[in-house]
Amino acid sequence: MEKSVVFNGKLLPYLLLAPQLAITLIFFYWPASQAIWQSFLREDAFGLNSEFVGLENYQALFAQPEYYTAIGTTVVFSSLVTVLSLGVALLFATQADKNLKGASAYKTLMIWPYAVAPAIAGVLWFFIFHPTLGTLARPLRVMGFNWNPMLDGTHAMILVVMAAVWKQVAYNFLFFLAGLQAIPKSVIEAGAIDGAGPLRRFWTIIFPLLSPTTFFLLVVNIVYVFFETFGIIDAVTAGGPAGSTTTMVYKVFADGRLGGDLGGSAAQSVVLMVIVIALTAIQFRYVERKVQY
Amino acid sequence: MSFRQIAAATAVAATFGFAASPALAVTEIQWWHAMTGGNNDIVNKLAEEFNASQSDYKVVPTFKGAYPDTMNAGIAAFRAGNAPHIMQVFEVGTATMMSAKGAIKPVYELMKEAGEPFDPKAYLPAITGYYSTSKGDMLSFPFNSSSMVMWINKDELKKAGVAEIPKTWPEVFDAAKKLKAAGHETCGFSNAWASWAHIEQFSAWHNVPIGTKANGLDGFDTVLEFNSPLHVKHLQNLVELQKDKTYDYSGRGSASESRFGSGECAIFMTSSGYYATAKSTAKFDFTSAPMPYYPDVQGAPQNSIIGGASLWVMGGKTANEYKGVAKFFTFLSDTNRQAKLHQESGYLPITTAAYEKTKADGFYDKNPVPQTPLKELTNKPPTENSRGLRFGNMVQMRDVWAEEIEAALAGKKTAKEALDSAVARGNAMLRTFEKTAK
Repeated sequence: MEKSVVFNGKLLPYLLLAPQLAITLIFFYWPASQAIWQSFLREDAFGLNSEFVGLENYQALFAQPEYYTAIGTTVVFSSLVTVLSLGVALLFATQADKNLKGASAYKTLMIWPYAVAPAIAGVLWFFIFHPTLGTLARPLRVMGFNWNPMLDGTHAMILVVMAAVWKQVAYNFLFFLAGLQAIPKSVIEAGAIDGAGPLRRFWTIIFPLLSPTTFFLLVVNIVYVFFETFGIIDAVTAGGPAGSTTTMVYKVFADGRLGGDLGGSAAQSVVLMVIVIALTAIQFRYVERKVQY
Repeated sequence: MSFRQIAAATAVAATFGFAASPALAVTEIQWWHAMTGGNNDIVNKLAEEFNASQSDYKVVPTFKGAYPDTMNAGIAAFRAGNAPHIMQVFEVGTATMMSAKGAIKPVYELMKEAGEPFDPKAYLPAITGYYSTSKGDMLSFPFNSSSMVMWINKDELKKAGVAEIPKTWPEVFDAAKKLKAAGHETCGFSNAWASWAHIEQFSAWHNVPIGTKANGLDGFDTVLEFNSPLHVKHLQNLVELQKDKTYDYSGRGSASESRFGSGECAIFMTSSGYYATAKSTAKFDFTSAPMPYYPDVQGAPQNSIIGGASLWVMGGKTANEYKGVAKFFTFLSDTNRQAKLHQESGYLPITTAAYEKTKADGFYDKNPVPQTPLKELTNKPPTENSRGLRFGNMVQMRDVWAEEIEAALAGKKTAKEALDSAVARGNAMLRTFEKTAK
C-alpha cells in the first residue's frame, strides 16, 4: 500500500492564502466596487452633494464623439507600445545574452529606465523633443524636418509611444533575459550540430521555449499600456494636440481630475476595466494554448 | 501603583507636555500655491516677512505644481479631510470654488468673524468684481491679478525695421512677416494660454460676448456663443499665418513663455505676471504693450479682463486658525507692501491706495511695463461682455477650446468648424456643471 501525506487542517491553507486575499480585496475589489458605485452617481468635485442617476453617465459617455476617437487612439497607441516594447526588449535581451565584455554593466544600465517615474519620464521626453527647446528636436529641424508635436498629431503620437516604450523595455528586457538564461544550452547546441543557423535556432528552439515568458509579458504589457501610461501622456502632450493622444485612460484622468466630473470618469474606468478583463480572458483562452510550458 | 506604572505615566505626561507646548505657541497656516520662477521667491519672502512680523502664527507656503494641479491637490485634500487653510486658485476655477458652499470660508465672513479691519471698497473694483457675489460680498482674496499683454523685444523689432510697436492685429501680422524675413524663421509672433488669448481676452477686448448671461456672471444657465464671424475671421487669420510660422502656436499654458526670453519670438502675448521672469531672463531691451485689436470692429478696444489667481480659504478650520489667516490677509493688503509687490512682480496692485501710491511715486515714468495691464483693464467702463466670466468646469473647458484651436491650426478642421465644435462641447460641459451645482 502506498503511503501518501494528507494535510487534514482546514484552517492552515486559508491562513496561508489570507495575506494575498486581503491584498486583492483591499487593492482591487474594493476600489473596483467603488468605481462601479460612483459611475451611477452625479457628484460635484468636492463631494458635497451626490445624486443617484442610474445609467445617465454611461448614456452621456456613449453620446460623445470624442469617446469613440479616444477608443481609436487607444487601439493605435496600445498596439504600437505593446509590440514595440516587447520586440525591442527581446532584441536587446538576445544580444545581451551573448558572451560580451562588460555584459553585466549593459544589463544593469538597461534596467534603469524602469525605476523612473512615468511623469518624470514624460517630462524628459517632452524637453528632449520640444520643438524649440529640445536637444534632439533642433537637429531634426535643422535637417529640414518640420518636427512639431505641438500641432502635428502624428508627431505627438510618435513621441508618447517612444516615451512609453522606453520605460517598459527595461521591464520586458529583464524577464526576457531571465527566460533566455533558463533555456538549456544543450538544446541549442544540438540544433547547431544539426546544421540550424542562428535565425532558425531562434525561431524553432528559443522562441517557443520562451513562450511562457512572452505570454506573461503580453498580459502585463497590455495592463501597463491601458492603465499606467496616463502620467506619461499628461507630461508629454496632455492629450493634445486636438485630442490626438487622448487615450481612454487619459480621458478618465482628464475628466475626473481636470473636469471634476467623477461620475463620468468612473463610468469610463468601468468600461476600461471591462475591456481589459475581456482582453485578458481572450488571451488566456486562445493565446495560452500556443504556450509550451 | 507599581514603579513601572508611575514611570509610564510620567513618560506619557512628559511626551504630551513637550509636544503640546510648541503647538500652542505657534499656529501653522498651510498655504498651497502655484507660483514658479521669480514669483515663487516673492511668495516665500512674503511668508517669511509675515512670520517675522509676529509670533503667534506661521504661514507655511507649499508649491503644488501648475494652477490646475494645485486646485486638484486642494480638492483631493478636502475630500480626504486635510485641506490646507489657504489655497491659490486661478481665475477660471472661480465658478467651481464658488459653488462649493461648505468647502470654503468666504473672505468677507472670515474677516468679520476675526474682527480684522476690512473695507471691500479699498480694493480695485476691476479685480474684486471677479471674485465677489452679485451682492458684492468678497468670496476669495485677490492675490496675483494680471491681464494679458503683448511682450515686445525692442531690439529685434528695430533690426527687422519695425519702427513702431504694432497696435492692431493687421500691424502685428505685418511686423511678424518682417521679423520672419529678418531671421525669425520659426516664430514671427506667438502667445501662451491659447484659449485665454484668442477666445476670452479677444472677446472682452472687442466687446463681443463669450457666452450669454454676461459671460455667466448672471447665472449658471449661460450658453456659449464665441463662434461669431469676428472670432472665425481671427482664427482663420492665425491658421493662414501658422502655415509658414509667421504665427507659431505655443501650447495651452505658460510652459513656452521662454520663447520670448530666449529671443526666438520677438512678439509674444502672455500674462503681465511674466514681468519678474522677463526681468531675470531677457538679455535684451523689452517692453509690454496693450493687446492688438481689429480697427474695423466698432468700439474696440474695450477693456481687458483679469487673469491670475486669488486665495480661497478652506472650510472646517478652527477659529484661531482663521484669525491667523485674516491677519495674513491684512498684512498682504498693506499699501506699501502691495505697491512693492506690484512693482516687482508685474501683477496688479489689489488696493486703490497702492495703485495711487505707485503713480504718485513716479514709478511708471521710469517703468511703464507694470502699468500696461492697468491701462487695459481701465480702458473703458466694463460692459456685459467685459466684466469678467464665470463658467463652471472652466478648467477643463479651456483645454477643450484649445483642442479645437489646435485642430484648426493643424488644418484638420476649418476655423468655423473648430469654433462651432468648441462651443457645442463647451455647452455640454456647462449643462453637466449646472446639474451638479445646486
